[in-house]
Amino acid sequence: MNKNTRFDSGSIGLVHTKYFTFANPPDELELECGKKLGPITVAYETYGKLSEKKDNAILILHALSGDAHAAGYHTANDKQPGWWDNMIGPGKAFDTDKYFIICSNFLGGCKGTTGSITVDKNTGRNYGLSFPMITIADMVKVQKKLMDYLGVQSLLSLAGGSMGGMQGLEWIIEYPDFVKSAMIIASTSRLSPQAIAFNEVGRNAITTDPNWHNGDYYGKSIPRHGLAIARMIGHITYLSDISMHAKFGRRLREREAYGYDFSSEFEVETYLHHQGDKFVERFDANTYLYLTKTMDYFDLASKFGSLNSAFENVTSKVLVMSFTSDWLFPPYQSKEIVKSLMNNDKDVSYVEITSSYGHDAFLLEAEHLTKIVTNFLDNLKVDKNGKKN
Amino acid sequence: MARKIESLVFHADYEKIISIVEQDSKVLDLGCGTGELLFRLIRNKNVKGRGVEIDQANILKCIGKGLSVFQGNIDEGLKEYQDKSYDYVILNQTLQVTHKPQFVLKEMLRVGRKAIVSFPNFAYWKIRAQLFFHGTMPKTETLPFEWYETPNIKLVTIKDFRKFCKDNKIKILQEIFIGDNEKTLRSVCLANILSSEGLFVITDSCATD
Repeated sequence: MNKNTRFDSGSIGLVHTKYFTFANPPDELELECGKKLGPITVAYETYGKLSEKKDNAILILHALSGDAHAAGYHTANDKQPGWWDNMIGPGKAFDTDKYFIICSNFLGGCKGTTGSITVDKNTGRNYGLSFPMITIADMVKVQKKLMDYLGVQSLLSLAGGSMGGMQGLEWIIEYPDFVKSAMIIASTSRLSPQAIAFNEVGRNAITTDPNWHNGDYYGKSIPRHGLAIARMIGHITYLSDISMHAKFGRRLREREAYGYDFSSEFEVETYLHHQGDKFVERFDANTYLYLTKTMDYFDLASKFGSLNSAFENVTSKVLVMSFTSDWLFPPYQSKEIVKSLMNNDKDVSYVEITSSYGHDAFLLEAEHLTKIVTNFLDNLKVDKNGKKN
Repeated sequence: MARKIESLVFHADYEKIISIVEQDSKVLDLGCGTGELLFRLIRNKNVKGRGVEIDQANILKCIGKGLSVFQGNIDEGLKEYQDKSYDYVILNQTLQVTHKPQFVLKEMLRVGRKAIVSFPNFAYWKIRAQLFFHGTMPKTETLPFEWYETPNIKLVTIKDFRKFCKDNKIKILQEIFIGDNEKTLRSVCLANILSSEGLFVITDSCATD
């Protein structure tokens, strides 16, 4: 992107991450695992303005490696905008001229919100593995505290892809009256054993790295290698057979012919190495362990007895979207959510978007998503008599 | 299921279907297109309605109308829906584009207490005449396609449908013949010739009125 056109009309421009701290002792937050945690700091960003009627707030929920920085740029020299910049901004699907958009780093993250990387005030050392296990419900509880702090009394909508969708589901279950509508994208009510298996391989790569030291690597050499491998595995699961054919084929990088050695020569290999190396610079190994486990434990059917009972008290209008080539969070899992909501006579729609991008589609299929999200949000402002509020 | 073309939606049918459907009932509209019928059923009859549609452009229009819609292929069945969970399951001008009409109808009667089915009548005299006098594949307002591009693959007549119901122990609760002099049609044989469309309300349950 040209520097002069960087902050074009579709960009929210320069944004800043803000912080909110609560749960100071002795008022620590009680977690689902029974342990108490506090103080808790939440990193968040907001775009647009909360209307006088306070009826235009939309909460964006990020996925495993995301953060509060969903749109715009932190500095004029940033190479990349926020992670969902193609969807959030003036005139975009989440139109910042119309809506008040909030995105926060979830509890247990390593992007400003309290997590295992944070220094424990009681010991003066990083929490590391002494950090309690966080659940999706805990994350949502913290997000609700942020809403209260921001004076948001109800959400016009919320949207989350992948692990963000898990939070979205928990939101409509825990705070039905607070959430008018929800968009659950490429998500699930529980991971498949296949997805848990990939998570376990990633965790194993980290915990067998000699630098991991049972999670106590702060101020020392970090388990780079393990975290990079975990990310490489993750990336394979985010793509699809077709998208890998299209993106890399069997092309070689910097070579005309096979070298008959073990250097990485296929384009797909160098891509994965690059992704792994990049990830190590911006993410934390223990956090990766915690968050993948958080996802593995998420299971609405087991928590509530059945998926049908989980959705019993939902009042939000729900839109579930999946992508045809997503084999990590496959369409059948989205359909299970829709089926259970329909069994409860809830207002739910389901869209299955044809895409070859695999799980990554939720970040890449902006054009498709924009059309759907725009239609969905526009209608929320229309009352039963067809008049716009 | 092939895509239903928008021009194939007949507004005369809408009025008939809306008049049949009872106030405040629960309705599932299969192949709901842009959701026009569903939207009107909700507005006029206060139904709790849901649609199933295969085409994404149509789905978008449904979502824009605020409807509950499920993107799916009805030829794959209605496994997302529980037995007798709807008062009406509607298949409006879509039967002839399904690959497995028998299976689709069976699924409709499993999920709905009643099913409303409408289709272009292939025994309509204008169709017979084209085939008889011209020797060409018939094209009419209700079946406007050339033979090589038509989505209509399971064409049926009013007589065929009645026989189908009898053979499959399906009870016909109501039949409406749409076409020339529709009000005076008493004989089914005549209806089969003079009607461009047939509209049936059917059920598989004995407990229905």
